[in-house]
Amino acid sequence: MLKRFFIFCLTGQSLLAFGQDKPIAFTGATIYPISGKPITNGVMIVQQGKILAVGDQTTPIPANATVTNLQGKLIMPGLVDTHSHLGGPEGGDNSAALNPETRAMDAVNPTSDGFKKALAGGITTINIMPGSGHLMSGQTIYVKMRAGKTIDDLLITNEKGLYGGLKMANGTNPMRTAAGPFPGTRAKSASMVRELFLKAREYQKKIEKAGRDSSKMPERDLRMEPLVEVLRGQRVVHFHTHKSNDIMTAIRLSKEFGFRTVLHHVSEGWMVADEIAQSGFPSSIISIDAPGGKMEAMNLSLGTGAALEKAGAPVGFHTDDGITDSRLFLRSAAMMVRAGMSRDKALEGLTITGARMLDLSSRVGTLEVGKDADFIVLSGDPFSVNTKVEQTWVEGIKRFDLGNPADKAFLLGGYDVYSPIRSEFHHHTDDDHRHEQ
Amino acid sequence: MTIKHIISASFTLLISIPALAQTAIRAEILYPVSGSPIRDAVVLVQKGKIEKVGPASGVNIPAGYKVINTKVLTPGLIDARTVVGMAGALNIPVDQDQLEKSSPVQPDLRAIDAYNPEETLVKTLRGFGVTSIHTGHGIGALVSGQTMIAKTKPGTVETVTINPLAMLAMTIGPSVSGNFSSPGTKAKQMSMLRTELLKARDYLKKQQDKDSTKRPATDLKMEALAKLLKGDIKGLITANSSLDIMNAIRLQKEFGFKLVLDGAAEAYRLIPEIKQSGAEIILHATMARNEGDRVNMNRESAALLTAAGIRVSIESGYEAYVPKTRVVLLEAAQATAYGLSVEDALRAITLNPAILLGIEQRVGSIEPGKDADLVMYDGEPFEYLTRVCGVMIDGEIVSDTCQ
Repeated sequence: MLKRFFIFCLTGQSLLAFGQDKPIAFTGATIYPISGKPITNGVMIVQQGKILAVGDQTTPIPANATVTNLQGKLIMPGLVDTHSHLGGPEGGDNSAALNPETRAMDAVNPTSDGFKKALAGGITTINIMPGSGHLMSGQTIYVKMRAGKTIDDLLITNEKGLYGGLKMANGTNPMRTAAGPFPGTRAKSASMVRELFLKAREYQKKIEKAGRDSSKMPERDLRMEPLVEVLRGQRVVHFHTHKSNDIMTAIRLSKEFGFRTVLHHVSEGWMVADEIAQSGFPSSIISIDAPGGKMEAMNLSLGTGAALEKAGAPVGFHTDDGITDSRLFLRSAAMMVRAGMSRDKALEGLTITGARMLDLSSRVGTLEVGKDADFIVLSGDPFSVNTKVEQTWVEGIKRFDLGNPADKAFLLGGYDVYSPIRSEFHHHTDDDHRHEQ
Repeated sequence: MTIKHIISASFTLLISIPALAQTAIRAEILYPVSGSPIRDAVVLVQKGKIEKVGPASGVNIPAGYKVINTKVLTPGLIDARTVVGMAGALNIPVDQDQLEKSSPVQPDLRAIDAYNPEETLVKTLRGFGVTSIHTGHGIGALVSGQTMIAKTKPGTVETVTINPLAMLAMTIGPSVSGNFSSPGTKAKQMSMLRTELLKARDYLKKQQDKDSTKRPATDLKMEALAKLLKGDIKGLITANSSLDIMNAIRLQKEFGFKLVLDGAAEAYRLIPEIKQSGAEIILHATMARNEGDRVNMNRESAALLTAAGIRVSIESGYEAYVPKTRVVLLEAAQATAYGLSVEDALRAITLNPAILLGIEQRVGSIEPGKDADLVMYDGEPFEYLTRVCGVMIDGEIVSDTCQ
């Protein structure tokens, strides 16, 4: 039953061809492998979608390699956006507050114009999430910015055999004042979540008791299945949470049931940085220039990254696109550096720390031999306003090239460049944003 | 020592109110905006005004002046169009005073009756070097109300206001039809605006009747529209699509008022038309979302319009959600990454809006006699990693934490 999911997604992925058979060598650039110190005048060789070699100028280049000189440029891993709404990831509707069975993969438009923004911003891996207007909005998807016709073409299977997590939220977004299936208070929100996970625990017990005897297996339950994956630590919970008390509630629930949780947004994370560090959970944070827009964001601070880093908690970033624009993802981290975060941790946050949150660190997030050839070519320092993403490569294929006018248009915008019709099936309004951030 | 010196020295001793303190700011680079950048510059500030500015070699710092050192110094920044102080950070009904939805045409609504100088968002802007704002009624109504100009310093509306009635805020576009059952179409939007302006023209005519008994009773709505028609105030029309921009220009031609196009996402497509109309431009925030009627916005807009000789001001604009305001310093920075020079970008958030708002005699550049509104940075103003470390308004330091 659960196994069926794995087989499906593995086959789904193999439909796409990987990059060139012939090796490509990039020379002359400064390489930020993230796994180690920057290499000036470095060499990186990629073949068939994987990294074949990374090193200094003495790295041997195969005789049949195409050599590209990138002197004066900077190469770093493709960026990992741990929380985005590109492609229109609808999950649950207004009929329920808990929607573990709904899947973003059934909603996302794989050919969305929005993905052009991601590529122009240097993003190669994205966690696309539904919500956050529900306690559980549904299953998220981990995708690569490959060219694809179907959503299966984009999915990436992680180390746990899954291609997504579970989106949860607390605080005001899932709360509604009207009578109905939604909680009206924070205590009710937590209670509803506990109740559902207690059921999932019972379901899990039945499965384990049945063992290999299929006649004793409980009937399939689409709501319970992903929750069992959560209880087993396979499926990561991506927990939208802003205020310090809500952050602590997310941690409390996660500890009670043993989820592996990523804390998202954590606007007041700087107030409980030590507690977050102690929980062991990583934080995926958003970079917003000014506070407010909702009560929970009154205390948000660009200093959150620095505070969490100082406390020793892992920090990644997200665009929450459309809250911030995917084309400005490097800027998101830069603004956290402006407010005191170290450059090294910010660079890791954009890449390997984000990859770890998605259980994808063995494939993406650093430039190391054997990893996916996902990388970006920058015109200069990653944290300068003047720096441009010149190229974005996904699995050895150049997916964005600033030198190509058609690609450049997606960086700049302009008349009829981004069409609502070609973007998300469900185009967002300001009202929707109220439930997103 | 001349008599004058003795008088000024004793004056300093007697008056110890910080606002009247004498300050000298020494900057490695000073952008006066009115002229070329000056290396190793000094600005003298006295009684809230700029007393002297120039290279350190040519400006002596008199005794008794408090000296502040900074890497970079610019004039106080001016947000050409915002709703902060009308719109609050909480984003709940009680702190959202930028749009009254009882009627689509309400030119009588005064900004000064709602503006809150203590609003969190005003403090946020101040901390990032924004010292003057053109704020007031928002987008989303044909005529949402009046706008005002204020300093971002703490105080009451009375003490911070530069101009209590700057413009009439108007909108042509889909947001109006989203807020009101009527107008529901573009043609109806224009029809309603023309009807109101014709009424105002008539009101104005009757007002000038030699026979005082034939003059109309005071009508607050008509009074405000009459000011627009007389050219006392400008019409600030938010219009983003090409179609809506052309509708605004057509309306201006018919009634002959002073037009400021706000938002203007597709202005880059209509450069000859805009130049011909003489309309001024307040451009949307560069990082505004490319949604709705801004779907065709172009990151090179500021550069394209500036290159065409159009005087561009960059605004924070209106935000419905998170972030609840944008910051013109950070928005102009993006324009420099897409073709606008650092000096032109700085001008778009200082002198250009000052001229547009008619306050260039007081603010917008570092020149003797102007208000001592100054911003100190620890690096190049538009770099991501540069922080604003000091903000002065009317000679008084209003923020000294780096951000």
